Amino acid sequence: MPTSHTVAHYESQTFDVQKFRKDFPIMNQQVHGKPLVYLDNAATTQKPLSVIETENRYYREYNANIHRGVHLLSQQATKAYEDARVKVQKFLNASQPSEIIYTRGATEGINLVAQTWGRKNVQAGDEILISAMEHHSNIVPWQMLCEEKGAKLQVIPINDAGELLMDEFKKLVTAKTKLVAVTHVSNALGTINPVVEIIQYAHSKGVLVLIDGAQSVPHVKVDVQVLDCDFYVFSGHKIYAPTGIGVLYGKLKHLETMPPYQGGGDMIASVTFHKTIYAKPPHKFEAGTPHIAGVIGMGAALDYVSAIGLDRIAAHEHELLVYGTKVLSQFKEVRFIGTASEKAGVISFTLGEIHPHDIGTILDKQGVAIRAGHHCAQPVMERFDIPATARASFGLYNVKEEIDVLAQAIQKTLEVFA
Amino acid sequence: MSDFSDLYQDLILDHQKNPRNFGEMPEANHHADGYNPLCGDKLTLYLKLDDQGTIQDIHFKGSGCAISKASASMMTVALKGKKTVEAEKMFHEFHDMVMGKIDKAPEDLGKLKVFEGVKEYPARVKCASLAWHTMEAALHNEKDVVSTDDGKGSEA
Repeated sequence: MPTSHTVAHYESQTFDVQKFRKDFPIMNQQVHGKPLVYLDNAATTQKPLSVIETENRYYREYNANIHRGVHLLSQQATKAYEDARVKVQKFLNASQPSEIIYTRGATEGINLVAQTWGRKNVQAGDEILISAMEHHSNIVPWQMLCEEKGAKLQVIPINDAGELLMDEFKKLVTAKTKLVAVTHVSNALGTINPVVEIIQYAHSKGVLVLIDGAQSVPHVKVDVQVLDCDFYVFSGHKIYAPTGIGVLYGKLKHLETMPPYQGGGDMIASVTFHKTIYAKPPHKFEAGTPHIAGVIGMGAALDYVSAIGLDRIAAHEHELLVYGTKVLSQFKEVRFIGTASEKAGVISFTLGEIHPHDIGTILDKQGVAIRAGHHCAQPVMERFDIPATARASFGLYNVKEEIDVLAQAIQKTLEVFA
Repeated sequence: MSDFSDLYQDLILDHQKNPRNFGEMPEANHHADGYNPLCGDKLTLYLKLDDQGTIQDIHFKGSGCAISKASASMMTVALKGKKTVEAEKMFHEFHDMVMGKIDKAPEDLGKLKVFEGVKEYPARVKCASLAWHTMEAALHNEKDVVSTDDGKGSEA
């Protein structure tokens, strides 16, 4: 058995980031006359050539509608579409492909659960429990449901480091609680939440759990059977896949009893004007012609990430997080927002009295792309009493030299506003 | 520094640091609230109009980025003593200037021409124009919060 030290050494030796960078055509360019430093990966990731070419090949060689054509191209498209589902199943270690529903993204996955499982199971007086660090996409769908049903939205508070208060969480799970919906990794703070503990506790009280995995699947290895979550959602575009495609994982026993999401073609077994018999999951939830190219592209993205290995990607990004935190700590004006002990590769910060939007503009002129704003998490901003933050977030292709460029650009920002 | 001098000019940075006509104005007879959801800029604009439609006094308060704060500050300086029709005209001229709809900034904008560089920064147009949209709403005593993202103040 190697010691953990030698494992880390081995990993940093073999993680050939320069080789991986070459897989991403967009990286090789200048913006405003400076080399692109892309540090906005929590918003969306860039796409490797294999994903771009896989989508391209579908349109060039076998574009056809799925599940209905008897002709060759339709059979090829159907096979690629369903093969991708198996890739997703294996990626999440779901027990079967029918537990994988394609959606437009994490947002649609949450809305799907709210509008189907939620409308069927949530009644007046019930409670949905979310956390204070949720993205708007894991707040608003539940607010809409609660408003419709006369149910109540409860919120797990967080501490100043941006960690969930687990004692408060346990107090908030009551006989009225129908669902706990929490994010695995916070987009605004980087916090990795103790989802195993959350799921185990909720289940001990008979409460279902939905995990928002939009920020976790690109950075943390996820096994839905180990987690034992009831629902898990993610977006393809944050894991190097095309935009407009994502996944809802649901335990089959839930999916089978849930009403359909949208009505239309491909979600039925038979239709008469008298009655429609719905298809079984997953097709029950996939009405209409889906984003076939996106699905196939997402399969290629998961192949790409799996070939490198999520553990190695996570180790690389953790190195960047540690280095970036150290480098930015040298500025006395930097205040980190989100200092949890368990963090993904996200550095959210403010810079003295300088508004993050001004930081973002000046960094952009230096070629550095970051996010400036409330990150669709206004309650988090309110919690820390700030209007916005600047956020640098890392992907598998980022290097320490880019963090040095970020630091130089921050220095310039301070000079402009000196 | 030369990279940013088109946007972050000294005059803008000065107004950002030392905003003029800043703070509440109890004697105001018109006011409106503005909000830019993109960056969280919030401001309240106060106007005191006399019977002849002259802006006797104008104040603002709020928080925001350098561009929105400087724009609000310089607008209040420019509009004090102006007739409301002149204010409306300047609003449209300013708006067209930052949107890049006109080649040359109108001379009567005076110091406000410093914001011409904003047209090169599409993401920042809303920051520069928030105060003006809010001023216009105050002139008409609109009660709803002016948002640069609800179609009302949209720059799209």
